Amino acid sequence: MSSEPGVRDQLTIGPPGSQYSMSPPEGPADPSAELTYQYGLEVEARSQWAYARRRFVRHRLALGSLIVLLGIFGCGLFANFIAPYTYQQINLESLSVAPSAKHPFGTDSAGRDSFSRVLYGIRTSARVGVLVGILSTLIGTIIGGFAGFYGGWIDNLLMRLTDLFLTLPLLAVLLVAAKYLGHSTPLKLALLLACLIWTQIARIVRGSFLSLREKEYVEAARAAGAGDVRIMLRHMLPNTIGPIVVSATLTIGTAILLEAVLSFLGFGIEPPTPALGGLLNEGQDQGIDKWWLVTFPGVVIVVIVLCINFIGDGLRDALDPTQRRVRA
Amino acid sequence: MLTYILRRFLYSIPVLVATSFLIFTFVSITGDPLGRLRANANITAEQIHAIEHSKNLDKPVIVRYGYWVRDAVTKQFGTTLFGNRKIWPDLKRVMGHTLQFILSAIIISLILGIAIGVYSALRQYSLFDYTATTVSFIGFATPVFWLALMLQVLMVQIFLKWHVRIFYTSGLSSSVNAGHGFHFLLDRVQHLALPVIALCALSTATYSRFMRASMLEVLNSDYVRTARAKGLIERRVVMRHAFRNALIPLVTVVALDFGGLFAGAIVTETIFTLDGMGYYFINSLFSSDPYPVMAWLMVVATMVILFNLIADILYGVFDPRIRYE
Repeated sequence: MSSEPGVRDQLTIGPPGSQYSMSPPEGPADPSAELTYQYGLEVEARSQWAYARRRFVRHRLALGSLIVLLGIFGCGLFANFIAPYTYQQINLESLSVAPSAKHPFGTDSAGRDSFSRVLYGIRTSARVGVLVGILSTLIGTIIGGFAGFYGGWIDNLLMRLTDLFLTLPLLAVLLVAAKYLGHSTPLKLALLLACLIWTQIARIVRGSFLSLREKEYVEAARAAGAGDVRIMLRHMLPNTIGPIVVSATLTIGTAILLEAVLSFLGFGIEPPTPALGGLLNEGQDQGIDKWWLVTFPGVVIVVIVLCINFIGDGLRDALDPTQRRVRA
Repeated sequence: MLTYILRRFLYSIPVLVATSFLIFTFVSITGDPLGRLRANANITAEQIHAIEHSKNLDKPVIVRYGYWVRDAVTKQFGTTLFGNRKIWPDLKRVMGHTLQFILSAIIISLILGIAIGVYSALRQYSLFDYTATTVSFIGFATPVFWLALMLQVLMVQIFLKWHVRIFYTSGLSSSVNAGHGFHFLLDRVQHLALPVIALCALSTATYSRFMRASMLEVLNSDYVRTARAKGLIERRVVMRHAFRNALIPLVTVVALDFGGLFAGAIVTETIFTLDGMGYYFINSLFSSDPYPVMAWLMVVATMVILFNLIADILYGVFDPRIRYE
């Protein structure tokens, strides 16, 4: 990507006839712009990020999903302002009532408003999802980067670990670990999830670093005297950022699904704190005939994950310049 | 070919040994089986020590692993820590039920997934294609447990409103002695239908998406163009030349999906209280007994490795371009 000044200058001196210049939006201030001017090219001054942004915004489904998702997460974030009741507020006059204008998602057997509880549940799930996304991306990128760059025992260990996860269902391993933690806070659960699902991002980064290591510009940087860390951070990482961002996004969705399963089975978030999976668990306990208790939290999970998957798709199309897919 | 199978088979032995050691260490360090006893004020520290000593829990992990391997090999995974119940007979029973359950899910989702995928590819960008794409995207976003819950809710609502029972929402049979022949079969189908539907949804979505992509790729390949160029009728081109070749990569997808189905079984069996492996796993986990959990993980790992081996061999059989050396 062209956010790096040294590389950018070289890139702009393209062969005559190359249609896209990668010079920054400032234009005239950049000496290379004059050079392209001399060749008589039409210069469209846009950075790679600007192209990516344009491609993403054109992807209508992804953009719509982003807006919906921000709306849902916003509702969760500001639950204490939006929710008509608190999540523990007991109302003995309306026990187990079906959805109505007063209680849009109904109430449970203690008279607690399900809508408010779902809003607070979104807050918990979003917190876990985003934390896992950040943490597992950090762990995965660091380990995958070292494995791809240096090879050796880190690489071997990483690949064998991945093999192990292919032979065992992830959920079973997670349940054993979650049992050990007992009922946990969102932070603890996020740490646990991140510790187990970073391998996917690590594999992606490893694969990318393995091929980038052989590229000419890495060789050039090395010849110019750049150290390993500089090469990794300034030359290789920016070229891997697309796949990393995509899989980080999808990881948030996976984490929200896993958090829901764990909380539903009773190995996740401690009950007074509402989580979407936990709400479904309570809903099932209170009798399956109260359909509203198990319907709405689930619908929210599906909508959140659906949006995240669409955003991931849009990001993949936007960030991967080699893939110029025309969308029908 | 035979040497390849043999070598793969021999290679899976060290993999299994390594897996068993890692999961034994993992299960031992993450769980304290006597935690509940320790919390009990009526049990003294000496009694705890005595139990620890008699069950070899005071030994280092590596020694306990040795004992466990001995028990696993010579005594079919030995007994549970509490109550000394033999593990293998229980595990064998639930395995039978779960394989019944998982295999029917695989077969149904394969049939559905292939049909939907092929039709979507043949009628690309048609209304059917868009609908199938949308539904499978929703399928990817739906947690299996929630789908199971919703199916339960639906059946309960139908039963409450119209008093008809289409499918049962829990258990494996309506009574201990469910009868024979047709009645037994019908009863079993009525019990298994909902869990199988819940388990199928995600796999069907995966297979259909994959089948669609694979079919599109084959339809654009040179040999299909050749087949068309020599004047074959379209049906023959699609069925003989495209379809059969598009099926090959699906083998790998099904094999990779197999482990995920066990995760699905944990959830669905718990919700529908089926006497299967998933339900057994959750119950063992709740009782903090490490040995059934270990046995379960080992059996599943073995099955997944075996299934992947079979898939690799089948791949070679179906696709002669693959040569195993």
